[in-house]
Amino acid sequence: MRLPERVIERMLLAAALSSVAGLTLIALYIAREGLPVVFDAGVGTFLASGTWAPTRGEYGLLPMIAGSAVLTVGALALGLPLGLGCAITLAELAPPRVRAILKPTIELLAGIPSVVYGFIGMEVLVPVIRDTPWLGGPGYSVLAASIVLAVMVLPTVIGISIDAIEAVPRTYREGARALGATQWQTITGVVLPAARSGIVAAAILGMGRAVGETMAVIMVAGNAVQLPGSLLDPVRTLTTNIALEMGYASGAHAQALFATGIVLFVIIMALNALAGLARGQVRERLRVTPDSRSGAAPKRKRRERVVPDARGPMPPLAGA
Amino acid sequence: MGTVESSPSVRASRCRAARFARTFACVLAVTLPGACRQADAARSGVTLAGSTSVQPFAERWAEEYTGGLVTVQSGGSTAGIKAVHDGTAQVGMSSRALHPEERTGLVETVVAYDAVAVIVHATNPVSSLSIAQLRAIYAGQLRFWSEVGGPHRPITVITREEGSGTRETFEHKVMGTSRIRTDALVTAYQGGLRKMVAEDRDAIGYLSLSRVTAGTKPLALDGIVPSESSVARAAYPLSRPFLFLTRGTPGDATAAFLRYVTSTAGQALAREEGLVPIMTAAP
Repeated sequence: MRLPERVIERMLLAAALSSVAGLTLIALYIAREGLPVVFDAGVGTFLASGTWAPTRGEYGLLPMIAGSAVLTVGALALGLPLGLGCAITLAELAPPRVRAILKPTIELLAGIPSVVYGFIGMEVLVPVIRDTPWLGGPGYSVLAASIVLAVMVLPTVIGISIDAIEAVPRTYREGARALGATQWQTITGVVLPAARSGIVAAAILGMGRAVGETMAVIMVAGNAVQLPGSLLDPVRTLTTNIALEMGYASGAHAQALFATGIVLFVIIMALNALAGLARGQVRERLRVTPDSRSGAAPKRKRRERVVPDARGPMPPLAGA
Repeated sequence: MGTVESSPSVRASRCRAARFARTFACVLAVTLPGACRQADAARSGVTLAGSTSVQPFAERWAEEYTGGLVTVQSGGSTAGIKAVHDGTAQVGMSSRALHPEERTGLVETVVAYDAVAVIVHATNPVSSLSIAQLRAIYAGQLRFWSEVGGPHRPITVITREEGSGTRETFEHKVMGTSRIRTDALVTAYQGGLRKMVAEDRDAIGYLSLSRVTAGTKPLALDGIVPSESSVARAAYPLSRPFLFLTRGTPGDATAAFLRYVTSTAGQALAREEGLVPIMTAAP
């Protein structure tokens, strides 16, 4: 009787661990392919040189690192206020019927393939930027890519922010209202501060989405290897660097693209760790809430949102 | 606290950890060799791999060829040369001349000629550039169309990505030791580049002559318009051979396909598709 159970347990464990094995193999493979060229060229050159000419043996990733950073900041600068405003509206202000329509609509945004965003950006945004007299330039630019990315991070930012806001116990709001605060004062003075770490997690996961996005960016960013001097300059990110050049790359060039992957891997892992920390803080904070035994609110905050992102931190294995 | 006997829960968790580690090791042991093994499927028929510039024409030849199954894969000239060295393809396709170290052991067959055309927007008044002007534009020394006889507007320079055969031909024949300006827009697709030039009246780009369509205008270089006769006479400065590469003595199937491609019928198809056939080009 015990034997089959143990076998099944083993099989389930193997299934669970195979995904971890996949990650391990990917990490090992990328490191094996990419590290030699990093050490040949020197880590300093690799990260800090501004010249990327792999066919001439020059591997400087600085323009791409800067490009990824600039687009991420740009996407969040546009997407975070918009997303947060939307989340506040949906969680606190909108009547249920409006909410019932709006929330699924926003979730639908996440289901649109990125190439579609890129295509719309290329067909609509780029010509508008190019032909607007006070903008100008080639159109393929930091600005175009930031706008496209901002729309793409919206579902992540809104979804997680709504959950963070909803996780704030209703008693907080009731207390604030009882003290004479207006609804707006309650939101800005009580609800948002209480949901702060969840909102930070939303921003960090949004960053992860922006850093990792490739197809939409390749279509609208112009992909020039340079430190962008203005919002209207073309820019290349780490992901697009790999996607653009992998077709023809061989030898040290291909290794340099794998090394680009290593840099990306490290950045994404750091972002996920940060997001995990921020979300851990939310849970911690709510666990010590004095009134967590009463009412409907605690049930709600217990609910874990399933983030539609395979790169999210792994939940701990349930003890058995 | 038990000193000799650890508590049941500690023992259980240790046991669990060990089991965890063992299972993980098993999973790795099963997946690792599979991940490392190279795919070496021995195929029947002929497999071509290489230049994306050559690929569409190779596909047409493969379609029309009746002597057997021909599979065409793209991946770029460099990948094609590597594939024929590795033996993963019987024929490598290259749109550029081979480096000396790539050439060892390979037999090159010229299957057609193509040219790299420099294109601008159809409404651009400039219709001819010297190679020196073109180099100065791509190097960033000339930044306005007014400097080469056009309107006073900045030039939008578009280039292909590092490693592309078309870019290599362009750099070799136009740029010399100069470098393409770093703020040039980069695209990995000929079609994408054509679209970018067709939509931006200030743009300049380069692509395979056979891919030039309405909406863009190919420029004359050093006074010579790219055309079948100028490419065939090698008068047009940016003409290039399309090469099929084989290693050692080709097998029967491969040799038969190469014979078809260089035959009158195969070359007629090349001309139909916009290439310059080797018969015309022969001196």
